[in-house]
Amino acid sequence: MTWTWLIGAVLFLILAPLAGGLIAGIDRKITARMQGRVGPPLLQPFYDVGKLFEKERVVVTTAQNFYVLAYLVFIALAGALFFAGGDLLLTVFAFTLAHVFLVLGAYAVHSPYSHIGAERELIQLMAYEPMVILVAVGLYMVTNSFYVAEIAAVVVPAILYLPGVFIGLAIVLTIKFRKSPFDISTSHHAHQEIVKGITTEFSGPTLGTIEIAHWYETVFLLGLVYLFFAWNPVIGVVAVALTYLAEIFVDNTTARVRWQAALKTGWFAALLGIVNLAILSYMTLGGA
Amino acid sequence: MAFLKRSPWILHYDASSCNGCDIEVLACLTPLYDVERFGIINTGNPKHADILLITGGVNEQNRQVVKNLYEQMPEPRVVVAVGICAASGGIFRECYNIVGGVDRVIPVDVYVPGCAARPEQIIDGVVKALSILEEKRAKMKVMEQHSEEAGETA
Repeated sequence: MTWTWLIGAVLFLILAPLAGGLIAGIDRKITARMQGRVGPPLLQPFYDVGKLFEKERVVVTTAQNFYVLAYLVFIALAGALFFAGGDLLLTVFAFTLAHVFLVLGAYAVHSPYSHIGAERELIQLMAYEPMVILVAVGLYMVTNSFYVAEIAAVVVPAILYLPGVFIGLAIVLTIKFRKSPFDISTSHHAHQEIVKGITTEFSGPTLGTIEIAHWYETVFLLGLVYLFFAWNPVIGVVAVALTYLAEIFVDNTTARVRWQAALKTGWFAALLGIVNLAILSYMTLGGA
Repeated sequence: MAFLKRSPWILHYDASSCNGCDIEVLACLTPLYDVERFGIINTGNPKHADILLITGGVNEQNRQVVKNLYEQMPEPRVVVAVGICAASGGIFRECYNIVGGVDRVIPVDVYVPGCAARPEQIIDGVVKALSILEEKRAKMKVMEQHSEEAGETA
């Protein structure tokens, strides 16, 4: 019984890169079909990362390797904590810390492109962070627990209590998945915009590491979406798939906005969450 | 495993071309040719690129830019000169400001002739470049092993 949490963490650490890469492959295929193209093979993300590890290791500043490694380790730690059924707040903080390391990595290099990317990543952090914390608070108000294991075991459908929080999270996910209209710091598609934002000065194996960390991130965030539907696993998986499809659709139908709009939208999402939580607390506390 | 052949990322640079070849290069990315089928991505960053697609005969002002771009690409890397101007300077060869071909500045691995080069030819040139890329990677590996062995004995 006490060992079950370890199984979740180990399974995440091993399977998440595979699942994340596959999701990225499906994403690219669907995106291509939406644009009337054939698209790359399903396993293309794995070929890309495999290739990056075959390339020469060009290091601008040795510190950048350390920061990127810290980014990968903390993302993996956040995800492992989550899938071990651990504390949701601790997970969110480890997740944020990971991105701070990525920003520091980009700032470690004296390159204006890298610095613009880092600044934009900070703006994105500011935009989505309030909403991500509200997700933890909202799930606590419904389930009376910050522990993922207990949240996932609850039989009440959290989505019915937290529709505003869920929509807020969906908006913020667009930022986190690096999708239009909020892919301002770096993007899957804009390969020439301010060169490549935060990843400009990372190449070869270092860039591959960032990509793997991004796969971990994707799986963790989809796990967060699942928690809203955890009372029924079938509905949960379908909801996760539909959410991701919606993100791909939004990605392909919108143009990139300026950072001011990204920040405003992120905080609007948080406002939506706060209103939801206010109504919820009025209904539960005021009614009693 | 040869991942390199399955994921060649391209850097496209216009070294004083008339824009004819550049339009054809970009045509390769459209749904009609869709080179992303082969994992080819058009990056804007030399540090992410494996293949340098370069058009135009290079002039005195961007000679240094071409050199810089080439030097910033991590090994293994290949250069594909697209169009007759990139190959020899073309009709601009005698101009006072034209260097006369990309190979006067950086080593070129594949020449794609034409004025302008057709998308099919460009894709063919890139496919030829892939096998050269693979050769270079194999050489790089041997060099690495040699240097490691030398390090051990020293």
